[in-house]
Amino acid sequence: MSADFLYTLEVILNGLMAGVMYSLVALGFVLIFKASGIFNYAQGVMALFAAMTLVGIQTGQIPFAHLINAIFGTEMHHFGWQVPAFLAIILTVGVMVLFAMIVEKYILHHLVNQEPIILFMATIGLAYFMEGFGDIMWGSEIKTMDVGIPSGGSLWLEEYTLGWAAEGERYWGMYIDKLDMVATLVAVILVVSLTLFSQYTKTGRALRAVADDHQAALSVGISLRAIWVIVWSIAGFVALVAGIMWGAKSGVQFSLSLIALKALPVLMLGGFTSIPGAIIGGLIIGVGEKLFEFAIGPMIGGATENWFAYVLALMFLVFRPQGLFGEKIIERV
Amino acid sequence: MKIKQLATVALTTLAVSAPVAADLVFPSLSYRTGPYAAGGAPLADGYADYFTLLNQRDGGIGGVMASVPECETGYNTAKGVECYESTKGDGALVYMPLSTGMTYQLIPKVTADDIPLVTTGYGRTSAANGRVFSHVFNFPANYWTGASRIINSIMEEAGGDISGKNIALVYHNSGYGKEPIPTLKALAEKHNFNLTLIPVDHPGQEQKSQWLQIRRERPDNIIMYGWGVMNQVALQEAANIRYPMDQMYGIWWSVTENDKLEGMGSHGYKGATFHNVGSNYPIFSDIQKYVTDAGLAAGDGSNVGSVMYNRGLYAAMLAAEAAKTAQNMFGVKDVTSGQMRDAFEVLDMSAEVMAAAGMPNFGPAFQVSCANHGGPGLAAIQQWDGNTQEWKLIGDFEAPDMEVIAPLIKADSEAYAKENNITPRDC
Repeated sequence: MSADFLYTLEVILNGLMAGVMYSLVALGFVLIFKASGIFNYAQGVMALFAAMTLVGIQTGQIPFAHLINAIFGTEMHHFGWQVPAFLAIILTVGVMVLFAMIVEKYILHHLVNQEPIILFMATIGLAYFMEGFGDIMWGSEIKTMDVGIPSGGSLWLEEYTLGWAAEGERYWGMYIDKLDMVATLVAVILVVSLTLFSQYTKTGRALRAVADDHQAALSVGISLRAIWVIVWSIAGFVALVAGIMWGAKSGVQFSLSLIALKALPVLMLGGFTSIPGAIIGGLIIGVGEKLFEFAIGPMIGGATENWFAYVLALMFLVFRPQGLFGEKIIERV
Repeated sequence: MKIKQLATVALTTLAVSAPVAADLVFPSLSYRTGPYAAGGAPLADGYADYFTLLNQRDGGIGGVMASVPECETGYNTAKGVECYESTKGDGALVYMPLSTGMTYQLIPKVTADDIPLVTTGYGRTSAANGRVFSHVFNFPANYWTGASRIINSIMEEAGGDISGKNIALVYHNSGYGKEPIPTLKALAEKHNFNLTLIPVDHPGQEQKSQWLQIRRERPDNIIMYGWGVMNQVALQEAANIRYPMDQMYGIWWSVTENDKLEGMGSHGYKGATFHNVGSNYPIFSDIQKYVTDAGLAAGDGSNVGSVMYNRGLYAAMLAAEAAKTAQNMFGVKDVTSGQMRDAFEVLDMSAEVMAAAGMPNFGPAFQVSCANHGGPGLAAIQQWDGNTQEWKLIGDFEAPDMEVIAPLIKADSEAYAKENNITPRDC
């Protein structure tokens, strides 16, 4: 095979993997939008907050240490213990559930029956509050995410594919990051679990009922408040998974909250209400932007990925305004 | 009752934070929040701690206390300009905006307001031409001299000849990241090496395409002009594709304690710097005694001696020395911003001055003149030691290739003068 063909294949595979990483973020948006019609602007910050909490718990960091030290003149920063990654993840999930309960009690509960734009504005406020709160709680320095996920190119794959190129071609073997492989596996498990949960459990059916019609769901005895707590908890868990994967790539720092920007074109393309849409949308965006950067980028100065993802999403919107898998809105007079 | 209490607290806060009329005011346009907070916080700490030290140890500068009102920019140009406008009326003596974007916006403003703008290691490179940029100073080094210093280092390692080599510039796709391109193109022509430009869009969280390209093309060296998360992701991706770290160079905004990998992951990574590293200087014991132990430190003390803290400290030292120069020049204690500008133009940062400040050989010795606001552009190379987990200087502060850079500065500044109807000063 020619090296050019193999490099193109490598770009496509890496695009698919990058797409999975985008989908992980997009999933959180979909879950909340589907169940409550809220576009949760705070989803990116939730990923950051979850990742900060995980690292903080894992490394035995004292929450609000800077504040405590400033008020009481103490010099405390760490408890002096390390928590195993698995236990730290469970504890972080607990924190995200608590967070969901607080959001429901102090924000959503007071905004029932408000216009979607009001709810959207509330999540903007929540995002800014959490940014500051996260910094005060865990500090703004860059933290290392270490939950045992391998990273770096797969040597085995590189060596196995080295001989695929024709003799004399400059080819170094196929490169795929092990972290991306793990992320793909996790995303598959996550989507299958969420689908099974939503289709085959009583709570899942209640979630779908609320998504279809709040009033009708209330009339048959489904608690809207409980459903919102559950949905925000699941979205918090998804945010944690996204935070772990992205945090392992770049360290846990403020920029993690900006990964939401990568999820927006995925949502536009896949639809705001479809879990499979988030996955397929992510894959299309991932492959599309990587291929465009590979083939056209060098001719026009590069750095095309950020804007091309939106162009691609807009092109799809022209033909399917509700996204590939979104629900078609029919308003009857 | 609550409103009354709030009003009292607000008034007290205002009274405490507003500078006293007779203070020497050094506003700090800091960014302790936002995507670049991890770098901005220690930078602001170093800047503030230096003036606190002078106040506590020496009773201020020439007997006048210094105040450092801080204004949070979040590294956002618009907010930075707002900060400038809201603080300049308090008797601001000098601005150090810590952002190339803000620098470009502030150049016409400071010139009109007669306030010096000092951009150590960032900003508009051609502002080194003092004939055109009367109020802007970018000593001791700038992005072009930094690029040249890195190329010189690559040449030294290659035995003096880099013709035919492939060098890639991985840069933040912004005004800052694009600054070294003209210089590197000119140097590529002079030394006959191939230059590949690889931009990374803000914030740089996802760089797979760029590093797949690097893996395909296998450049002999990489030069990185990154900032924030872009640096950490780039280093991780470089390690992932097993790129040799000792062939990778960063500009000074890409070689801080944040820009390294765990363990030996980034061992050997190099970068240009215009100030020294570590805390083995007399000033640090004074900071411990008069600032940290006294509970007056701007931060929690954990960043003291880090690259970014030292950069803030160094910038403050330059500003304080200019204030002393202004006091001596004009025979007054309460200097004005115009007098500060005049002082910056004759600033002599000799080895003796730095030693007297408790910072011997902390930066290069240099002099500023009316025509040259950038100094000689001396820079050194630092390298990350994975064994000791610290940066080490691996050479002296050396001169860049001014034969290439000087004509670029002249051409760019003259174009600016023409665009803005500025008549270059005769000096």
